[in-house]
Amino acid sequence: MGPFVPELISDQLNLVVALVLGIAFGAVLEQAGFSSSRRLAGVFYGYDFTVLRVFFTATVTAMSGVLLLGYFGLLDTEAIFVNPTWLVPAIVGGIIMGIGFVLGGYCPGTSVCAAAIGKIDAMFFIGGGLLGVFAFGELFPLYGNFYDSTSLGPIKVFDSLGMSQGLFAFLLIAVAVGAFAVTTLIEKRVNKLSAPSLEFKSRRHIAAGVGIFALGLLFIVLPDRKTSLVDKVSDPKYVASHPVIMMDADELAFRIVDREPNIRIIDLRSTDTSASLVLPGEEKIAVRDLFGKEWLPIFSQRHLKKVLVGYDESQERIAYLLLQELGYENLAVLKGGFEAFDKTILSPGPFVPTGSRWDADVKAFREKAHGDILKLIAENKNKGAKEPKKTKKVQGGC
Amino acid sequence: MDTKYMNPYLAGFLLGLVLLATIFITGRGLGASGAIKSIVVATVDGIASKHAEGSHFYGTYVGPGKDNPMKSWLVFEIFGVLIGGFVSGLASDRMKFVTEAGPRIRPKLRWLFAAIGGALFGIGAQFARGCTSGAALSGMAVLSTAGFITMIAIFGTGYAVAYFARKLWI
Repeated sequence: MGPFVPELISDQLNLVVALVLGIAFGAVLEQAGFSSSRRLAGVFYGYDFTVLRVFFTATVTAMSGVLLLGYFGLLDTEAIFVNPTWLVPAIVGGIIMGIGFVLGGYCPGTSVCAAAIGKIDAMFFIGGGLLGVFAFGELFPLYGNFYDSTSLGPIKVFDSLGMSQGLFAFLLIAVAVGAFAVTTLIEKRVNKLSAPSLEFKSRRHIAAGVGIFALGLLFIVLPDRKTSLVDKVSDPKYVASHPVIMMDADELAFRIVDREPNIRIIDLRSTDTSASLVLPGEEKIAVRDLFGKEWLPIFSQRHLKKVLVGYDESQERIAYLLLQELGYENLAVLKGGFEAFDKTILSPGPFVPTGSRWDADVKAFREKAHGDILKLIAENKNKGAKEPKKTKKVQGGC
Repeated sequence: MDTKYMNPYLAGFLLGLVLLATIFITGRGLGASGAIKSIVVATVDGIASKHAEGSHFYGTYVGPGKDNPMKSWLVFEIFGVLIGGFVSGLASDRMKFVTEAGPRIRPKLRWLFAAIGGALFGIGAQFARGCTSGAALSGMAVLSTAGFITMIAIFGTGYAVAYFARKLWI
């Protein structure tokens, strides 16, 4: 499951990857005609909409790829870098760059590409860019506060607009296809004889437009993988037809007291360590986080018995079936949920004899386990509650 | 009009695949202005390291225990862009020292405006935390709000001021 940084690809190797991807990036930009400032500036005057076509097509392709890879569980979309938003600085920065684009005819990436094939104006652009960053750095105290203002974090655009991810993806595709059609007409009118769009075989382009539009429609109906899997395993019919392995409170208590090494308690209750009691050696994971890459090292160890502890048994069953669906083995559900464990071991009422001849032993065991486990919990508390484990997120941005 | 270039939709598709591969492999997007920043930071640090470490802006990237700012992902990536652009230009026979400008403008004036444009991009990209590649394109691919805002601001402004700069291009 991607991304492969930082687990599979080291920081050093990642620089080699950067070089290779950069070569591909540069070659595509150059082949697209982005090494020509007149072509780039054409988008603002209607004589050449290459920029819009390349830019929008690339955005739609990459976005669709991310959505599809995420849907099929090949890419952990929670782990990838999402550019954080500083609202007003982003707008002001964009305005400054917009003026720079019209005056300079390049953006930084395309200027490097153009300079590589000998465009002298691009070399001046890069020189100006270096001076611009230098000036920005030297005068930083003047606008340091503004630079850090209106920080909203890594928010997603569909949340900002209050719609679903799929609907937004569809609308973006619809806007892109619409823009392709309209700008082709504008380009033909402005140039009359030699517009780049006159080179197109329109039937093929219309077919492609229809195809990509269908993909957009698919995104609306395609729920994200998490939601669809959780829905699938939460269905009462599915739950009823898939038996789970149970562990009762006494057995769990015995294993905790015994300090059994091959057991891992997965606590599905609140991930806030202060809000709920922390059992010895447990991991707190919310159900939706079970998909994340960071838990793979625990879940994928077959010899470890993963005991799921939730508020109640049905929550545990859902998590159990979800993990099973994700391909993990050696799972167990705590019978009766945390409540049962609490009532039997942690804060038991008076012992209710069942009439079995083991009653005396059970009673003695529970009393001993009660003391031992409370002691373990107290020890854990003194050590300071274990912070919820989070792997390093990928860092990115310019 | 030059017609040797690739069909823009095909080029866009390929660019999208490169960006997708970048996100899939490394978990981050492409960029460009970050490399320019690294060069400036490294230069300032090389000439006046005390000044750089004391600055709120440069200080984030240099100082004890921090890697050389040139050893960054985007610097290597941009070096790749240089190679990729060069190879592509060589393959398509477009290698030539030339100044590209509109029909009504002399080369020297074009150089001046190119440098001004570059400087504005350098400044704007700091506020927006990235340029057309790092903030707009890569940000939009992961549906970041910042990506869309930056893209709309760049192109919206471009159209708003294009009329006043028309002598540069048409």
